[in-house]
Amino acid sequence: MKLRNAFVAPAALLTAITMLAPLAIIVVYGLLTRGAYGGVELPWTIENFTGIWNPVYGLIFLRSFWIAAVATALCLVLGFPLAMFIARSGARKNLYLSLVILPFWTSFLIRTYAWMFLLRDTGIVNTSLQALRIIREPLPLLYNDGAVILGLVYGFLPFMVLPLYASLERLDRSLLEAAADLGARPLRVLVSVTLPLCAPGIRAGAILVFVPCLGTYLTSDLLGGSKTVLIGNLVQNQFTASRDWPFGAALSLALMAIAMVLLFAARNRGEELL
Amino acid sequence: MPPETVLSLRRLSKQFPTHRAVADVSLEVPRGAFFSLLGPSGCGKTTILRMIAGFETPTSGEVWLNGQRIDTFPPYQRSVNTVFQSYALFPHLTVQGNIEFGLKKGSDAINRVRDVLQQVHLEGKASRRPSELSGGERQRVALARAIVLQPDVLLLDEPLSALDPRLRKQVRSELRDLQRRVGVTFLFVTHDQEEALSMSDQIAVMNAGALEQVGTPREIYCRPCTRFVADFLGAMNWIDGIGVRPEAVNITPEGRKATVTGTAYLGSSCQIEMILASGEAIRAQVAAGVSFQPGQMVCVSWDSEDECRL
Repeated sequence: MKLRNAFVAPAALLTAITMLAPLAIIVVYGLLTRGAYGGVELPWTIENFTGIWNPVYGLIFLRSFWIAAVATALCLVLGFPLAMFIARSGARKNLYLSLVILPFWTSFLIRTYAWMFLLRDTGIVNTSLQALRIIREPLPLLYNDGAVILGLVYGFLPFMVLPLYASLERLDRSLLEAAADLGARPLRVLVSVTLPLCAPGIRAGAILVFVPCLGTYLTSDLLGGSKTVLIGNLVQNQFTASRDWPFGAALSLALMAIAMVLLFAARNRGEELL
Repeated sequence: MPPETVLSLRRLSKQFPTHRAVADVSLEVPRGAFFSLLGPSGCGKTTILRMIAGFETPTSGEVWLNGQRIDTFPPYQRSVNTVFQSYALFPHLTVQGNIEFGLKKGSDAINRVRDVLQQVHLEGKASRRPSELSGGERQRVALARAIVLQPDVLLLDEPLSALDPRLRKQVRSELRDLQRRVGVTFLFVTHDQEEALSMSDQIAVMNAGALEQVGTPREIYCRPCTRFVADFLGAMNWIDGIGVRPEAVNITPEGRKATVTGTAYLGSSCQIEMILASGEAIRAQVAAGVSFQPGQMVCVSWDSEDECRL
């Protein structure tokens, strides 16, 4: 065995055990019957998968896609100027980049709770606005789609900013000068040169934000309350309250399949552009 | 009547945080000329070009184009175009897309792109990407992209330096022909004195941010105003404070006595290193047919017309 393989082996083995094995278990569970108190039993069946084909679940899938898409779009709109600013800030680049990554030093759960403290009826935002006599009744800031999207954008913005920064940083400045030299105003330089050349970064950022947003359950659970049920929460419910593990397994596989189809489509489209 | 000035720089200076790149440069570029800015790297010539294009703001001084002061205009409002040293072709666009970039959309645009492709001999390459072209082809796309806009002045920033040496010599005459054909004023930045001498109508020699001399290639080669210009444009013997180019030094029966110390055969000519009786080194460039041996005593002389007194 080559030395190189010897070094790769532990990581490969770990990946196989922690990724492929659970996946295999989920596939098997998805094909079994639910047990009376959770767990799974024989016989084999495909009813869990056919059961997804129900308008109620279809709507939840659509809602999840919609919320993930809006969060991704907002991350892009907010992240692009920020990434551009950092890429052009010379010696301060590293400082700004570490500020972008700083939130990761605290758990995502705690940061999401912090948003609850900010947004709830007796939270800092509402009480401050009331104290300033701008509003009389507290604003409904928490437990709606807006709060979920806010939480997702807040949580995943760094995943958009970092790949965007990487591609903007690599962008040859003389191309931007050439565009201006040929008569392009700043907006046209952005649309015709900067954006097309940053396409790989935009795509990477969009994937890194969209996929976890699609499967989110923590943010929607804490900030969305009972009104916002997304696929992630649906899967979670099957394994907890509903005690229907096979259906939960089938739902998560369906989510994974859709996400993979989308990623594949994005990749093919990307190669065309390049 | 002197030719009309298209571009004029008036007491232009650029101060960077660490150094002064351009110091009080005034220059008049005649319309239709092939005008070179010649100087060693770091002498400020590229900074001048960037101030004309609008990528740098002058610390003081003015840039006038066609009788209009343009130094406060953004790059996209200046009727000058640049051929970048790296060419800066858009990698995501085809040759056609690159050349069309600055043109207004319309039926005329198609014809103009076709004409300019013909002028730079790139017919049939319109749908290629820059990555599919050779270095020489890329250089011509960069040229085509700029001249298709018919700028008042075309700025060329060492456009030949990325080409291999053999191609460079060929491209020199092509570029010179193209300039004559299209009649656009060229402001050509180079550190290669041979390039500047062979292509230019006029040359401005720069050193350390300041202008040393402006003149025709013949004037600055034969009648340099400063020692820097004399040395930068080619080898020069300095004998008693008087400059003589090696090719002006003749080996003659009569004249100053010298001892041969070395010879170098250059193919088309022969270079002879000598020491004068006064102890000064002198170099002569003579026809390749004659041969001398080290240690041989000879006499050297030159026409007083070839002397350069500084």
